[in-house]
Amino acid sequence: MGERRKDDAMKHRKANLEPFEAATEQPETQDPMVRSATSPHKPEARLGREVQARIGQQLRAMYNDVVNQGVPQHITELVRRLSDQDQD
Amino acid sequence: MKLDPAIRDQVLGTVPSLRAFAISLCGNIDRADDLVQETMLRALAHIDSFEPGTNMPAWLFTILRNLFRSEYRKRRREVEDADGRYAETLISHPEQTGRVEFEEFRAALAKLPSDQREALILVGASGFSYDDAAAICGCAVGTIKSRVNRARTRLADLLAIDSVDDFGPDRATRAVLAGGGRS
Repeated sequence: MGERRKDDAMKHRKANLEPFEAATEQPETQDPMVRSATSPHKPEARLGREVQARIGQQLRAMYNDVVNQGVPQHITELVRRLSDQDQD
Repeated sequence: MKLDPAIRDQVLGTVPSLRAFAISLCGNIDRADDLVQETMLRALAHIDSFEPGTNMPAWLFTILRNLFRSEYRKRRREVEDADGRYAETLISHPEQTGRVEFEEFRAALAKLPSDQREALILVGASGFSYDDAAAICGCAVGTIKSRVNRARTRLADLLAIDSVDDFGPDRATRAVLAGGGRS
């Protein structure tokens, strides 16, 4: 009974959720500490706004770290040389 | 006839982002730069197949990814697991986040399967739409969404483990607890 109700509740909740739900359907966590550190009954709670914001911010920070290095000199020269050639 | 300078500038303007993506694929800056160079050669040789007004970054990213898949993947398997080394490849550190936190993030990202990391970077860092990312990766939009979601979930898990250190059991205690099945 308890299980059944939970399943129904999950289905119901799923309908109102963003595609994130798809990921939480396949638990990848083996570490019991992770389970206990979060709520196994509300997998979507693990991806709270704060965590998502942190992931997004760090991802962009890391990426932009490279982007801010600009265009390597040899690439600029290569592209200019090739684009100045006559094209057939 | 020479290449339209506007097109040339679009190509060059995409290079910094292309390079960041290449590094995430190769896990190595030198190989990433080789890959970018090959992409430039290929793109300029086939520039006629680019339709002006369409998405130049998506076009170049697709070329780069295809080159990587066809040539670099085999080599990668021969040499070593590039995924495991991804965390070591970037040198500098953004100011807005603490160094330790940043290192943890890079280590966590390195643990993702490459298809998930690729999808996450295209959508979450390069700023492509799900549609564009799907076109770049040659797969369905739903596949990209699923990969991005799994990547985020996995990262959240990995980062949650680390945050436990701040107020939970220390590492040794956790190791004992985590090894509970072994007795």
